[in-house]
Amino acid sequence: MLNNSPYVRANSSVTRVMLKVLLALVPAIGVSLWLFGVGILIQLALASLTALACEALMLKARGKPMRLFLTDLSAVVTAWLIALAFPAIAPWWLVVVATIIAIVLAKHLYGGLGQNIFNPAMVAYAAMIVAFPSLMSQWPSTQLDTAAQLQAVFGHADATQRAMDAITSATPLDSLRTGLRAAGATVESVVQSPVFGWAGGSGWEWLSLAYLVGGLWLWQQKIITWHIPLAFIGTLAAVSGVFWLVQPDSFASPLLHLAAGGSMLGAFFILTDPVSAATTPRGKLIYAAGAALITYLIRSFGAFPDGVAFATLLLNICVPLIDMKTQPAVFGHKQ
Amino acid sequence: MNAALRKLFSFNGGVKPQTHKAESTRTPIVPLPLPPVFVVPLHQSVGGTPIPLVKPGQKVLKGERIGAADGNYSAAIHAPTSGTVVAVEPRTMAHTSGLSMLSVVIEPDGDDQWLATEKFPFQSAAPDEVRDYLRDAGIVGLGGAVFPSHMKLKPGKATPMKTLVINGAECEPFITCDDMLMRERPAEILRGICIMRELLQAEEAVVGIEDNKPEAIASMQTAAATMPYVQVVAVPTRYPAGGAKQLIRVLTGIEVPHGQRSTDYGVQCFNVGTAYAIHEAIELGRPLISRIVTVAGHVDTPRNYEVRFGTPMDFLVQQAGLKTGCDGFVMGGPMMGFRMPAFDVPVVKATNCVIAATPALFPPPPPEMPCIRCGECARACPTDLQPFEMYWHSRAKNFGKAQEYSLFDCIECGCCAYVCPSNIPLVDYYRFAKTEIWARERQMEAADSARQRFEARNERIEREKREKAEKLAARAAATRATAQADAGSAPSADGADDAKKALIAAAIERAKAQKPATAEAPAVADASTQD
Repeated sequence: MLNNSPYVRANSSVTRVMLKVLLALVPAIGVSLWLFGVGILIQLALASLTALACEALMLKARGKPMRLFLTDLSAVVTAWLIALAFPAIAPWWLVVVATIIAIVLAKHLYGGLGQNIFNPAMVAYAAMIVAFPSLMSQWPSTQLDTAAQLQAVFGHADATQRAMDAITSATPLDSLRTGLRAAGATVESVVQSPVFGWAGGSGWEWLSLAYLVGGLWLWQQKIITWHIPLAFIGTLAAVSGVFWLVQPDSFASPLLHLAAGGSMLGAFFILTDPVSAATTPRGKLIYAAGAALITYLIRSFGAFPDGVAFATLLLNICVPLIDMKTQPAVFGHKQ
Repeated sequence: MNAALRKLFSFNGGVKPQTHKAESTRTPIVPLPLPPVFVVPLHQSVGGTPIPLVKPGQKVLKGERIGAADGNYSAAIHAPTSGTVVAVEPRTMAHTSGLSMLSVVIEPDGDDQWLATEKFPFQSAAPDEVRDYLRDAGIVGLGGAVFPSHMKLKPGKATPMKTLVINGAECEPFITCDDMLMRERPAEILRGICIMRELLQAEEAVVGIEDNKPEAIASMQTAAATMPYVQVVAVPTRYPAGGAKQLIRVLTGIEVPHGQRSTDYGVQCFNVGTAYAIHEAIELGRPLISRIVTVAGHVDTPRNYEVRFGTPMDFLVQQAGLKTGCDGFVMGGPMMGFRMPAFDVPVVKATNCVIAATPALFPPPPPEMPCIRCGECARACPTDLQPFEMYWHSRAKNFGKAQEYSLFDCIECGCCAYVCPSNIPLVDYYRFAKTEIWARERQMEAADSARQRFEARNERIEREKREKAEKLAARAAATRATAQADAGSAPSADGADDAKKALIAAAIERAKAQKPATAEAPAVADASTQD
């Protein structure tokens, strides 16, 4: 009786928002399954279970209502993003440790849902690529049967390592970087390798397309706005286009940059995480453009093959400043 | 004149809640029978509380003034029927706080006899006389804000009045009182509009009606067909299109900033109900004693009644067939309305709708989750605010920051809370922050005036000291001059000796002067207590 207006509410909830993000990831999961085999399902299960366990433990420790926050599905979204960003045949503990870092460190130690400054999945990714760079870049080269996948994920370390050498290959961006830097080859010769397909990496372009489809659906559902994806894709295409036009031998084409690596995942699912992203319309444009620029710089001149994770974290730091400086004009005060 | 070609503008944000308007528009407006007792609160509008003019035991006629406007920023109150005043005492108000306010309790005699009323000579009266008359007729804005209308019926000084905006948008769900009034009494509304247009010297009058009310639009357009300066315009249905600033924006493209007078921008906005009330007052000489009220929610027949102010709400709702299971009344719509503290609070000038609420109709809000900064609220805000930022700062009691994010531009329309996926009662946080800021400002003002008093006192004491010292110095100088004159008559060889003598003489004089000064002291103390 004592509540105040409004007494009616639109039918929306955090759970519904998170559920839609999970649904939007389904096309990418399907493509990954087709490309790399059941590994992705194992990783998804590992990450989800770890995330929910960590979430429950931290909620208990912090004295927060358990059911309310476990059913908001935010931990599952983080888990799925980690599982999708990690190699499908990564050893089981890699994803488990990463998820613990994401949920305990990046989420709950900052105050839980809505309070984290950094994108939890990207904190985990960055920590793991710094600590285990080789494990993080071993992607299955062909589709493996279930037994081989299970062996890769849960197998004994030595056996796994031997098996891995036979079945894995570097990611397209990794091959490109190694080819250009170490071998001194031209972009044209590097992309002749079977690792590359019609746009990005062989098969990877389909994965990127799946993220694009899921992302566009999220936009259509009004879970995300156009600002971040468009600014990210536009800036990445523009910057890579300039370098590519000037020196096509040393710099990859915009199409390759967009279709390879984490570009689409980042543009639609990582940078758009509302908690850690800029919130004003102009701020979102600046935020995503900055992330695209840093992604390109890391890919082309940095020490890592892909830069979406680091770019996201760096721009997460800038969010308060960006938001403060880009407040939209209030009704009646537009001059 | 029909305005198919008028260029419309739009405002950002807004929401489209279920309207629930069909139920209460199936039957015409009916006058409500006399209740056994009227409780007429004196304070029914913004501004000063009217001064009671009647005493218990006194007989009153329908339309007789029972409360006089307290100054110009106020509006009079009238008896809703003929009968006997049984009490003038504090009664629970139609306000969510359960506050009691001085009310006139009237027992009807059943005759319902009007005080002799006559048409106000509008054409021959000076504008100020018309405004005074409207104040004494108790005319206030019936859109919900209940601001004394006569104060808004003055053209701006700097800008010529271009557009008189008449608000028939009625965007809140459930409420249909303006819709029904426009369907049934368009000619009277338009006559009221003409009076307002003359008072404001506006070039044109534009009636804005949400396009989900085709009957009202047709009715008003037909009635306005012969009036070249009145346009009746359908505006897109989107809450809060009926917010004064939003409607002004939609119809004229003008954005009136918070805290500024719309007349300074050449526009003014009134509700259709107010136009009707002005017509009644000027042309029939009838003060504002009733209005159209929608009864909706958990009743057998939701519909509109012509209700006199002071009618207990439970009496009103029972006429529509109150069903069992109602857990309270909401006055206004579900977006901006208020829960009533009791069932028998009186209908007042601000009562456009009474909704019989049930837990099924207005379920308790789901548990509040943390803000995830999704920005839904910012996209829904019709004032282009960043509601979640205001929420963070209000919650942290960081009120200065909340104000920096334009807290006081917020119109409390509820769109942000309506869309929030975390079920945060955002508007409650803004109401809390505003109240706290007002309280602090009052405290600060009190402290400021105390400091000013203190400083003034110190200054006065300083000044008195200085004046006393100057007086003494003057006296000493005079003594010195006499001493010197004496010394001059008996020449001395040593100038230093003279000076010494003069000093001693001055000291003696000073000592003498001390006595009258101390004698004056009580008088000084008296003076200080007086200011």
